[in-house]
Amino acid sequence: MEFNENFILGCSAIGAGLAVIAGIGPGVGQGIAAGYGASAVGRNPGAQGKIMSTMLLGQAVAETTGLYGLLIAMLLLFVKPFTN
Amino acid sequence: MNHHLLMSGADGVDFMIHGIFSYNLFGHEVWITTSHVCLLIVVICLLIFFFVGGQVFRHAKAIPGNFQCALEFAVEFLDGITDGAMGKKGKGFRNYIGTLFLFILFSNISGLLGLRPPTADYGVTLPLGLITFSLIRINEVRFNSPWAIWKDKCSPLPPWLPIWLPINIIGDCAVPVSLSLRLFANILSGTVMMALVYGLLSKIAIGWPAALHVYFDLFSGAIQTYVFCMLTVTYIGSAIGDAEETVFKRMFKKSKEKTA
Repeated sequence: MEFNENFILGCSAIGAGLAVIAGIGPGVGQGIAAGYGASAVGRNPGAQGKIMSTMLLGQAVAETTGLYGLLIAMLLLFVKPFTN
Repeated sequence: MNHHLLMSGADGVDFMIHGIFSYNLFGHEVWITTSHVCLLIVVICLLIFFFVGGQVFRHAKAIPGNFQCALEFAVEFLDGITDGAMGKKGKGFRNYIGTLFLFILFSNISGLLGLRPPTADYGVTLPLGLITFSLIRINEVRFNSPWAIWKDKCSPLPPWLPIWLPINIIGDCAVPVSLSLRLFANILSGTVMMALVYGLLSKIAIGWPAALHVYFDLFSGAIQTYVFCMLTVTYIGSAIGDAEETVFKRMFKKSKEKTA
């Protein structure tokens, strides 16, 4: 079936918007990690450096899924794989 | 018309990689792009930095000056990354981790100078991920016997029931992809954001985008550099496991004991 190119581009834009919804998960996860990190520093202020580095590492790993969504959105918007 | 509908008013937005000139390599058309040029600039800056640093350390003073202090702090920090995750075994990886850290850091920060960061090109980050992957696998074979590796690959189930084996192997192969995509997507998102600010708000983008540069280039870039190096060290450390010496050394010791 042949589609109009404008239709494909519009659908790509909608798909890009839907793909960035993936950012919800990492946002919640990073917030929870930061909260626990803050409470850990409150309980043991001496270990702040280690807690910070562990927290940042975990947050960066959790961020990956959100970044995959972002990549898909960018592919849809700028590389336009479905148009000819 | 179709483009303009989607990107109306966004003609000034430009964050893509551009080709500079092309040449023929065994019948393929190969392009020298802007990321090659940016990479070259970054490498030249690194070389100058290393040369100056080497000179400073060669004529090191007992009471260090500012620059020597900064260098000593940097070396201590880089050594701390490997020591924290691997202990004594980390000594051999200091050179690689230090080089990797400084290269990625300089690449990420190069956005401050108006360059397009080379790490915002998947062709730069994927090789870094593949180097890490080969280091992980080579060190796994160096430090563990084949039977231990087999047991580890079947790990949640007993070694005579290798149902979990393909899933573990897929998980191992996902490591370089996720490592490189994480770095690439973080830096690319910063680049796109800055390009949007400069392209769409070009008339009022005077001065205040500096604050955005601090976040997207300095903060995000430094965090991602740290995360890449930490993950590399952690993966290598977990691949080595509890082994203290390489397999060859252990075999050598055993045969020595037998002959004695």
